[in-house]
Amino acid sequence: MDLNRLLKPDRVAVIGVSTSNDNHPANVIFKKLQFRYPVEVYAVNIRGGELHGTPVYPGIDAIPVTIDLAIIAVRATYSPQILEACIECGVGGAIIVSGGFAETGNVDLQDRIAAIAKDADFPVIGPNCLGYFSPGKIDTFILPSERLETPRAGGVAIISQSGAFLVDLLVKFSKHGIGVSQAVSIGNKAVVREIDLLKFLQGDPETNVVILYVEGFDKNEGRAFVEAATCIGKPVVVIKSGKSAAGRLAVSSHTASIAGDYKVFSDVIAQHGIIEAQSEYEILSYCKGLNAYPRNIGRNIGIITISGGHGVAATDMCASQGLVVPEIPEAVRRKIYHRLSRSVRDIATIRNPVDLTASAVDEDFVAAYDEMTKLSDYDAFLMLVLPYSTGVSVDIGAKVSNPSQKRIRPLVAYIPQMAKYQAFIEGFELNGVPVSDSIEGAVLMLEGMRRYQPCSIR
Amino acid sequence: MLNTIAQEVLSDAKARGWVLEPDAKRMMREAGLAVPEFRFAKTNETALQSATELGYPLVAKVVSPDVLHKTEVKGVVVGIDSDQALMDVFSRLSHIEGFAGVHLEKMISGVELIVGAKIDEQFGPVILMGIGGTGVEIYQDVALRMAPLANEDVQSMVRSLKGRKLLEGYRGGEDVNQGKLSRTIVDFSRLVVDIQDYIESIDLNPVICSSDACVIADARIILRPE
Repeated sequence: MDLNRLLKPDRVAVIGVSTSNDNHPANVIFKKLQFRYPVEVYAVNIRGGELHGTPVYPGIDAIPVTIDLAIIAVRATYSPQILEACIECGVGGAIIVSGGFAETGNVDLQDRIAAIAKDADFPVIGPNCLGYFSPGKIDTFILPSERLETPRAGGVAIISQSGAFLVDLLVKFSKHGIGVSQAVSIGNKAVVREIDLLKFLQGDPETNVVILYVEGFDKNEGRAFVEAATCIGKPVVVIKSGKSAAGRLAVSSHTASIAGDYKVFSDVIAQHGIIEAQSEYEILSYCKGLNAYPRNIGRNIGIITISGGHGVAATDMCASQGLVVPEIPEAVRRKIYHRLSRSVRDIATIRNPVDLTASAVDEDFVAAYDEMTKLSDYDAFLMLVLPYSTGVSVDIGAKVSNPSQKRIRPLVAYIPQMAKYQAFIEGFELNGVPVSDSIEGAVLMLEGMRRYQPCSIR
Repeated sequence: MLNTIAQEVLSDAKARGWVLEPDAKRMMREAGLAVPEFRFAKTNETALQSATELGYPLVAKVVSPDVLHKTEVKGVVVGIDSDQALMDVFSRLSHIEGFAGVHLEKMISGVELIVGAKIDEQFGPVILMGIGGTGVEIYQDVALRMAPLANEDVQSMVRSLKGRKLLEGYRGGEDVNQGKLSRTIVDFSRLVVDIQDYIESIDLNPVICSSDACVIADARIILRPE
């Protein structure tokens, strides 16, 4: 199934716009595309007419150009014939926004559209979905733009069975500065399913990491999903809902009793290096870390701080995740000592974590970090930056990320999230170092990388 | 391809829905897995004869098509060390509902693990391993993986157990032979892939592991309902 024209369209038709009710969902989508996105958009309604001065075509076949994407927002019962017309006219794919299919018991109708689409190898997203959003390119959500908070363009692709969950996630990604490549609400997933999208995203140069909200899979689909997710060469993060699913029938073996649906899901995806997030905070942390560094790391973390307390807390959090904080070899400790400012070297604790103390200036961070990155003892680094300390300048992010350009081992940072520290945060993030607003979040960014296992290392 | 013993055992058990222990063990043995030397005795006399062949101490378990969970009807007796004790046990077990005979085997010692399989709706055949014994559902200290497994999968399963220290010779206990454990689970996972269309779940509980062997002390195979 080729999703290229469906997900990267130039010409879009919105089918089902109303000439009498401008709040109709199809009108919301049409206006949004017309005013805000770099696509050609055509309105369709069987009665034809005009909408705010632009023509409304009576059918997809009446549009003078070939359409890449048809957005179908008509009553469910009309959707089979419209789908057939789209296929007939060489459309590249469709989104069926409308509800009224399997979710309300109309399984037959849904099976019918699935059969029509599959026979023609025609990709359809939905039904009963929001469609998708790609920052700066296209947005098919039936929600008015002014009611949405959307993230900037970036490397995270989102696939969600729940449309509302997807919208919430976009708001949170926006707040945490996480960029999105593609956000797809798959609704009832009658035709295009998670696996199809994973295969598309594998070849999408804009996507670094994929996050999926999953409620459940069809019979044996979990196995195929795991195989697809493991081999796309990009980290995949999953959040599962419906963990407490009932349906625990009386079972006659210990194995069947213990191995409930969720336990199997959780253990199996971990077996394959797919990263399961247990909370919204884990989603944000894993996506942010893996977007910056879509790769696997070992367990050994080097930590640099100017507060002993923060260093201890970070060490504890590393330990609770199974990460370790190995000691710095004596010879390197001496080198660091000699490179630190005179006012710092005798009060600093040059172990791991390196506590530079509140007297530290930017150059002390650079010196300690530079020496530690020369060692193979560390797989990644965590910097705990407290901008209220006077020696720390707004340039610290740019300064420390200089040496970081030379190496491939990840650096993440913690900076308390306050509006007045935004320049410090940008200094890191614009130079490719992801920042978390909690120590826990920074450690989780590293943990996400540790859990990711590309095909090749399994 | 199913071997002939597996075919025979699975078709015999069809009507009952689960496989009797001696048959399950024959099937495991045929798949290359270690089971204790055992005899099936329908009478007192054959029981005594079997004891002479196997040597004490012995374990006796009731075999009955009506009894799926033997411990729940006190149908398992361990540490039988004399002819007299064996006759007493035989007599008691023969009163259990559906009594068909007694399964006798050599006592073995080591760490008790559970190794199991389930045909999962979403993921197909999956393998479970963990700390075994009768408390398995209370502690639920287990790991699951998709079959078939590789040695690295078994290693990561062991690492993920809270009770993994029990496998490493905790407090003077015997440490478990990791190579034998891996082979047992990997071979079992291949068997499960072969018979996935016939079964619903399998418990090998306990699998008794020591420094030189991993032996399946009990096996329960639940067939897929028709």
